[in-house]
Amino acid sequence: MHMADALISPAIGTTMCVVSAGLIAYSCKKVRETADDRKIPLMGVLGAFIFAAQMINFSIPATGSSGHLGGGMILSILLGPYAAFLVMASVLVVQALFFGDGGLLALGCNIFNLGFFPCFIVYPLIYKKVVGNEPAKGKIITGSLIAAIVGLQLGAFMVVLETLFSGISELPFGVFVLLMQPIHLAIGVVEGIVTAAVVIFVWNARPEILNAATHSKQIGQISITKVLLGLIIAVVILGGALSWFASTNPDGLEWAMFKTAGVEELESEGWIHESLSALQKKMAFLPDYGFKQNEPRAEPEASSELSWPAIEPGTSVSGIVGGGLTLFVILLIGFFLRRRKVA
Amino acid sequence: MNNITKNYMDIRYMDIMASGDSLLHRLDPRAKLITTLLFIVAVISFDRYTILAFIPFFIYPIVLISAGGLPAGYLLKKILWVSPFAVLVGIFNPVMDREIIYHIGSIGISGGWISFFSILMRFLLTVSAALILIALTGFNAVCQALTRLGVPRPFVVQLLFFYRYIFVLVDEAERMEMARSLRSFNSRSMDFRTFISIIGHLLLRSLDRAERIYLAMRSRGFDGNIRMIKTIKLGWKDLTFVAGWAILFIVFRMNNIPMRLGDIVMEVF
Repeated sequence: MHMADALISPAIGTTMCVVSAGLIAYSCKKVRETADDRKIPLMGVLGAFIFAAQMINFSIPATGSSGHLGGGMILSILLGPYAAFLVMASVLVVQALFFGDGGLLALGCNIFNLGFFPCFIVYPLIYKKVVGNEPAKGKIITGSLIAAIVGLQLGAFMVVLETLFSGISELPFGVFVLLMQPIHLAIGVVEGIVTAAVVIFVWNARPEILNAATHSKQIGQISITKVLLGLIIAVVILGGALSWFASTNPDGLEWAMFKTAGVEELESEGWIHESLSALQKKMAFLPDYGFKQNEPRAEPEASSELSWPAIEPGTSVSGIVGGGLTLFVILLIGFFLRRRKVA
Repeated sequence: MNNITKNYMDIRYMDIMASGDSLLHRLDPRAKLITTLLFIVAVISFDRYTILAFIPFFIYPIVLISAGGLPAGYLLKKILWVSPFAVLVGIFNPVMDREIIYHIGSIGISGGWISFFSILMRFLLTVSAALILIALTGFNAVCQALTRLGVPRPFVVQLLFFYRYIFVLVDEAERMEMARSLRSFNSRSMDFRTFISIIGHLLLRSLDRAERIYLAMRSRGFDGNIRMIKTIKLGWKDLTFVAGWAILFIVFRMNNIPMRLGDIVMEVF
């Protein structure tokens, strides 16, 4: 369920990048404050473990498909949410760079979808609550299963929202939800079972590892309010970032409103209130944006100069001719560069 | 060759490409990172019915691949390998949007097909840009660029550790998988119990390894930072690289060049 650059708009891509960057900065601060530097090699090695473990598959009986270890949950259980979030982000960075899985601008979306929910929502609010400080087999299974399912459902739903607001795909909301949620229910069940089994394996073999993780100071103290506050601040900063794209938006008014809200925020003292109202404006504004994107032909003047200029046979032929010619020139340049290289 | 080895070879191969030596390889990693991001933003900022205006943008991957001496066929294969999600989401466009907006001769083409091909072109352009970045720069240099661009240090340091130990742990996973396969008469499928046992042991070994690494590095004076011998400096070549491409992207973004070219050609004939 990696989001791809091809499916997102710059506004969504930048928004999610800034949000994820904020979460990374916040997690780094937390890791630096609470953890000894022992944790940093451990994080790297566990990231590599997730990577290697994901390459091993088991066959799911009677389905012909295969499953593998997810990542977010097991990392949270072993490292605590902040460090786990950083490791999850790293895994996604490497996947994006080396396998083109997702994309660079879509990294923000992917880190949020696959890192934020398991580490900051599901782990502290579900797994910790179910398992508590005295792990037992039944509690670990219940906790992992529910946590993995809920985490993946939230992540999959974010994929739907991001795609919808970007307006590149025309998949209707209902259909997309009906496609994504059941698939990820199945994936979630598998991930939950695998996570539980691995945790129980570690607990049987070396209980001190889990005990150390459970009783370390860092894990108990995740404060959701702080994380949410950070998110709100990130969204406000986006006021500036998004207004950069104002030129691509047909309706300047909303952009201007949004920009003004951002400026007011800097001068005002009650910034929490202001940022909340900016968030609200954003919430009200994004669906609108998605809706407009869905009906571009209702406003032909909006994109006339950039996209598909006119619908008549004459231009279509010249479009094909021009396109072919451009491609030819580019290939020629590439060919000569390569020739020079070889010679 | 099994799955593990294939993925591993992929990373290795990308790493070898990055150790090449060309003008492009020698550029400051920051310059390449920023140019890549500019390229991606420019490409995805077009509206959904764009196809023609994307064509000039192919100059960026093609020039970099040619001048950097990268294997084009290999990169293309990698791009196709990851395409299913974009294709699956995009393939619904022709189903949902059947309004004919374009004619070639007497054949009508619906908006859905155009936006579907638009998604495919976006995908090809953005993914190739990301792969080219790593193939010309290498992971360590990208990390160095991230530090210099202000990404917090703990994140970058563990990213470097992570990258270093992918090779070690993938080797380990591969050995375990091979041992299992040999003991079960080369059976391909793995049952759940075996799977958990392999993963669990891999995890325990990783934890032990992390502890040993930490102690070894500690005794050599590790203080939480990783220092690089190779320093990076932005020179005029790097600035020219960024500025040149940026101007080109803006020109391509503002003008539909193939369309204009086509108009001129049609007028001549």
